[in-house]
Amino acid sequence: MKKNKHKPVTRHNRGVSVSIQDKFYAFLHIHAHALFSSLGRLVRTPFTSAMTLLVLALAIALAGSFYILVVNVQQITGDLQSSNRISLFLKLEVTPKQAQKLAQNLKKNTVFQEIKLISKDQAMEEFKAYSGFGEALNALQDNPLPIVIQILPKPARLDQVGLTQLIDQLENLPEADFAQLDMQWVKRLQALMAIARTGVILVSLLLAFAVLFIIGNTIRLELQNRSDEVQISKLVGATDVFIRRPFLYSGFWVGFFAALIAWIIITLILLVINQPVAKLFALYDVTYQIIYLRFSEIIMMCFLSSALGILGAWSVLRYQLQQIRPE
Amino acid sequence: MIRFTGVTKRYPDAGDALRDVSFYLKRGEMAFLTGHSGAGKSTLLKLIAVMERCSSGTVLLDGQNLNHVSDKKIPYIRRKLGLIFQDYKLLHDRTVFDNVALPLVVAGFSPADIPRRVRAALDKVGLLGRERKYPLTLSGGEQQRVGIARAVVHKPPVILADEPTGNLDPQLSDEIMDLFEQFKQVGTTVLIASHDIALIKQMRHRVLQLDHGKLTEDKP
Repeated sequence: MKKNKHKPVTRHNRGVSVSIQDKFYAFLHIHAHALFSSLGRLVRTPFTSAMTLLVLALAIALAGSFYILVVNVQQITGDLQSSNRISLFLKLEVTPKQAQKLAQNLKKNTVFQEIKLISKDQAMEEFKAYSGFGEALNALQDNPLPIVIQILPKPARLDQVGLTQLIDQLENLPEADFAQLDMQWVKRLQALMAIARTGVILVSLLLAFAVLFIIGNTIRLELQNRSDEVQISKLVGATDVFIRRPFLYSGFWVGFFAALIAWIIITLILLVINQPVAKLFALYDVTYQIIYLRFSEIIMMCFLSSALGILGAWSVLRYQLQQIRPE
Repeated sequence: MIRFTGVTKRYPDAGDALRDVSFYLKRGEMAFLTGHSGAGKSTLLKLIAVMERCSSGTVLLDGQNLNHVSDKKIPYIRRKLGLIFQDYKLLHDRTVFDNVALPLVVAGFSPADIPRRVRAALDKVGLLGRERKYPLTLSGGEQQRVGIARAVVHKPPVILADEPTGNLDPQLSDEIMDLFEQFKQVGTTVLIASHDIALIKQMRHRVLQLDHGKLTEDKP
């Protein structure tokens, strides 16, 4: 569209010449006005606005808290990721000397990164410390625990097939009773987390649609309430772009504030579960600091939510604005 | 300025609102459009404001064929017009100032320029000093004058008024007509739809009379 069409110059607009600078100021003025007048309208209808914002915030908080939950669980399991340790339990009749020799041999094997021998006594100490049976175990005459060699394979052998082969090889050693991959549950948990991550994406997508429709509907209602204003604006020569602008800003504000409220909700949830989680980890002798939403994530959430607000408003206005014709 | 050539407007259900209407209004001319209610006065004005489009014939505004104006360009046509309504069509949640400023704002006038023009328009209709009031706190005559200020604030070449004095007493009507007379003096084309015969006779302007959609009388 040619620029000069915007110029309100007719033969009767004598002495009116709109410079580029003036146009720029008018442009800024129009946008600033739309930005703040749409904000003002939100504030003038506090009850309706609050309801809409809360519904939206709950939807966003649902997706956000699911996300932060996955981030936290990932963090916990991430610490355990290096635990591809194999515990090789030796037969009970194997003497400490034989075990020592076996460990030496294994160390020569280039496949392994780390070999650690755990004697019967060490195993017993650990068991006493962590099992909770403590002194009761002293009653045992013999130490029933086998000698264990902990083996950490090199990362190159970490893929699933390699590990299984390795375990087979180790179990075939004459001294070996059985070999067990530590933390196999970590692998399972990680697979579970991969599903959860996909779940986060799917749930977020669904909720994004919900946000889109809720905001679209809010804007549709606002448009209906203000149809007189739209008609009059059309009659005095307002373009659709001009009429659409304040509504798009309304969508922006609704999305933006909903994201801020969602952030508060998520933070409150995390604060509430902080204490029980700390207790839980204390039982495992671990200190774990809950991860909150990062600043960049909050910004992202606000950005996405505002963008959905504008998109929701735009898609509704595209059709509804055509329907309103001055009578 | 306004030229109708063989214009017919047919509504699917209600039949012909206008039948083969032709007339020409030159720049700076003032005319009344009269006839019984339902004669097609409003329809004729709506065709000029592109609120409706004619079924056949051509409507020219300032040399531009309105049949060929795309929906996107309608706003730019309307900026050449000052529209005045019987029910004023003011925004009740905006001040008098904001109501009058609306045509300037939508046309992208510089914000520094707007207050001066709004005050000039309000001064012309005798409402200077009422900028901060809300329309509902004003009398009917004052509200109509706000509507007129809004119609002329951007100095349009054409003013269209649909029953502008319909809700006003005779003395107020006279005042409003005087205003239109003043706009005509400065070269604005004015077309007023009205069925107030007494008022029209007293004004001694050209009269376009519609009867069941046909132009029956066009006396200069």
